[in-house]
Amino acid sequence: MRFLITLRMALRALRRNTMRSILTALGIIIGVFAVITLVSLGNGAKTQVQAAIASLGDNLVLVFPGNQGQGGGVRSGFGGATTLLPTDAEAIVSSFQRAASGADNSVAAISPYVSARGQVLANGLNWGTQIYGVSPDFPVIRSWRVANGVFFEDPDVSGATKVAVVGKTIIDNLFPDLDPANVVGQSIRIFGQGVAGGTPFKIVGVMASKGFIGNQDQDDVIYIPYTSHMKRISRRTFLSQIYVQAKDEDSVVKVKADVTDLLTQRHNGNVDFTVQDQADITAARTASTTAMIYLLGAIAGVSLLVGGIGIMNIMLVSVTERTREIGIRLALGAHGSDVLTQFLIEAIVLSSLGGLMGVALGIGGSIALGGYMNMPVEPSVPAMIGAVGFSAAVGVFFGYYPARKAAQLDPIEALRYE
Amino acid sequence: MAAVVTIEELHKIYDSGDVPVHAVRGVSLDIHRGEFVALMGASGSGKSTLMNMLGCLDRPTRGRYLLDGTDVSQLDKNELADIRNQKLGFVFQGFNLLSRTTALENVELPCLYGVRRMSSKKMRERAMYCLEIVGLANRADHMPNQLSGGQQQRVAIARALVNEPQVLLADEPTGNLDSKTSIEVMGVFQKLNEQGITIVMVTHELDVARYCKRNLILRDGVVVRDELIKDRSIADTELGKLRDAETAAKLLAAGSPAR
Repeated sequence: MRFLITLRMALRALRRNTMRSILTALGIIIGVFAVITLVSLGNGAKTQVQAAIASLGDNLVLVFPGNQGQGGGVRSGFGGATTLLPTDAEAIVSSFQRAASGADNSVAAISPYVSARGQVLANGLNWGTQIYGVSPDFPVIRSWRVANGVFFEDPDVSGATKVAVVGKTIIDNLFPDLDPANVVGQSIRIFGQGVAGGTPFKIVGVMASKGFIGNQDQDDVIYIPYTSHMKRISRRTFLSQIYVQAKDEDSVVKVKADVTDLLTQRHNGNVDFTVQDQADITAARTASTTAMIYLLGAIAGVSLLVGGIGIMNIMLVSVTERTREIGIRLALGAHGSDVLTQFLIEAIVLSSLGGLMGVALGIGGSIALGGYMNMPVEPSVPAMIGAVGFSAAVGVFFGYYPARKAAQLDPIEALRYE
Repeated sequence: MAAVVTIEELHKIYDSGDVPVHAVRGVSLDIHRGEFVALMGASGSGKSTLMNMLGCLDRPTRGRYLLDGTDVSQLDKNELADIRNQKLGFVFQGFNLLSRTTALENVELPCLYGVRRMSSKKMRERAMYCLEIVGLANRADHMPNQLSGGQQQRVAIARALVNEPQVLLADEPTGNLDSKTSIEVMGVFQKLNEQGITIVMVTHELDVARYCKRNLILRDGVVVRDELIKDRSIADTELGKLRDAETAAKLLAAGSPAR
C-alpha cells in the first residue's frame, strides 16, 4: 500500500520532468541498445555459420591440406598448402573398403574436393561461377537430390570425362528459355587455367534447388569429376579438401582418428594436413564472433556504467532541488524510509525504463541494420532480460546514495532551504 | 478541560557553533483543548525553537513534553514523524505546498504517510471535505501557482486538518499575506477554533495576535507574559469594517470630479 503510493509519487515526479527524465536515461538507453543490437547481429552471424557448416552434410570429417595447428582457424580457400593428393583420397577409400569387408563400416561416403572459380559460356551467354571437382559420393554426403538427369559416376572419374552437373542458378543464367529437363544434354564451355577457348562439358544432370543460406546462393555451382577438374580446369595435382562421411554421429571420432593415422603413415609421420569434424570447424569459425560479442559487450557494459553515473548525477541534483519538498514530506509525517524509497524508485524506474527503451530500440535497430547490411538477425531473449535486469541494478546502485542523502535530511533544515 | 499540551521546564541548547546557544531556558505551560494561543516575541526570543519542539520537529535538550497524554520528548525520529502525522497539523509562513501538484493532492499528502491505512477513495473524500471547510472545494484541481496567496494558505490549512489533529500549529501563517487576506485567514482559524480545534500560532504582529484568545510573549527563551485577550478581534467584524471603508473610499472617488 505505502509502496504503491510511493511508486505513484515517483512516477509523477518523473512525468513532471519528462525531457530531463529521457535525457537522464539516455546513457542507459544507448548502452542497452548497443548490447541488444550487437548480440542480435552476432547471434545471427553465428547461426548462419552453423547453418552453412551443417549444410555440408551430416557426420562429416574434413581433411584439409597443411597443418592448421590445434584449434586454429580453417583455411578453406585454395592456393594454400599442396600436400593433399588424390592418392590420399584413394588410400582412404580403399582402406575403409577393406575395413568394411570386415565388421567395420564406420564410413558411409568419401569424396575428394577441388574448387576453382571459372567463367562458363553457353547459348551465347556467359556466367562466372564456382566449379567443384568431386566424386559421385558427393550428393550422398550433401544429401542433395538430382532433379533432372543423373549425377556422374565412377567411370567418369576414372576416365576424367567432360561431364557436368549444374545448379539451378546456372541454367537460369545460361539457358533462361529452356525447361530444366531439356538442359540435360546441352553443352557448356568452361574456361579454366591455361586452356584457350575453354573446354566443352556435357550437362548430365541438374541439382534440385537448395536456395540461399544468408546471402550465399547454394545453387550457383557446377560439379564435375575431380579428375576432370584437376586435368582440364584447375590444372593442378593436389586437392582442396577430402570429405569423409561417418555412418553415424558415434563413429565420427573413430573416423577422425583412423583418417589421421592413415594419412600420417602415408606422409611418413609428417602431419602436413588437418582433420576436423564439423564441431571443430564451427568452433573455429564462431570463435572470433564470440570474442567480438564479449568485447563489444564489455564496451556496452562500460556505457551502462556511465549511464548509471548520469542517473546518480541527476538524482543528486534532484535531491538538492527538491530539498523543500522533502522537508514538507518529512514534516507531514513521512519516515526517512519513505523518502529513501521514493528517490530509489525514481532512479530504478529511470534506469529500467531506459533499459526497456534500449531493448525496443535495439530490436528495431538490429532488424534495420541487418536488413541494410543483408545480415541475419537473431534477437536474444536472455540478452534482453539480462540488459533490463542490469539496468535496474544500475538504478539501485547509483540511486541509493542520493536517496539516502534525501532520507537523512533534517526536516527543519530542509523546510528552511531556499 | 484537560491539557492537550503540557510542557515542563523545557530547555533547548544548540551547541553547533563555538558557544552553546541556550535558545529556550525553562518554559512551562499548559495548553487546553479549544484554546487559541499566539506565541509572540522578537526574533531570537526562542519562539521558533519552542514552536519546532511543540511541532515534534525538534527534541528538547531537557524537560518534558506531554502531547495528548504521551511523553514525546524521548521518541525517536520515526515515532516523532508518526506523531506529527497523526496529532499535529502544520501551517507554514511560506505555505509549503508541493508545486505542480493539485490542491486536492496536496491536501491528501498527510494521508499517504498515515499509520492507518486509508483507501484512495476515502482519502479523496476526506481531502475534499477539508477543502470545503476552508471554502476551496471549487479549486481542488488547481495547481498552487494558479491560486492566490490567501488561497494557497487555506489549502495548507486544509492539509493540516486532513488527519484530524489534536493541535493545529501555525508558524507566522499571515507573514506572507496582505492585511485583508490575513484577516480572511484568521477568520478561517477562528471558525475552526469555534468548532473546538486547538490552535497555536507564532506571530509577531500584534493585530494578528488579537484574533487569538491567549497571548504568550517570550523574551530570551522564557515566557515573560501570559495573558488572555478580553476584547479579541472578530474576523467577520473586521472584514465588514474594511469593506465599509473601501466602499466609502470608492464613493469618495466617484464623487470627486473626473478630471
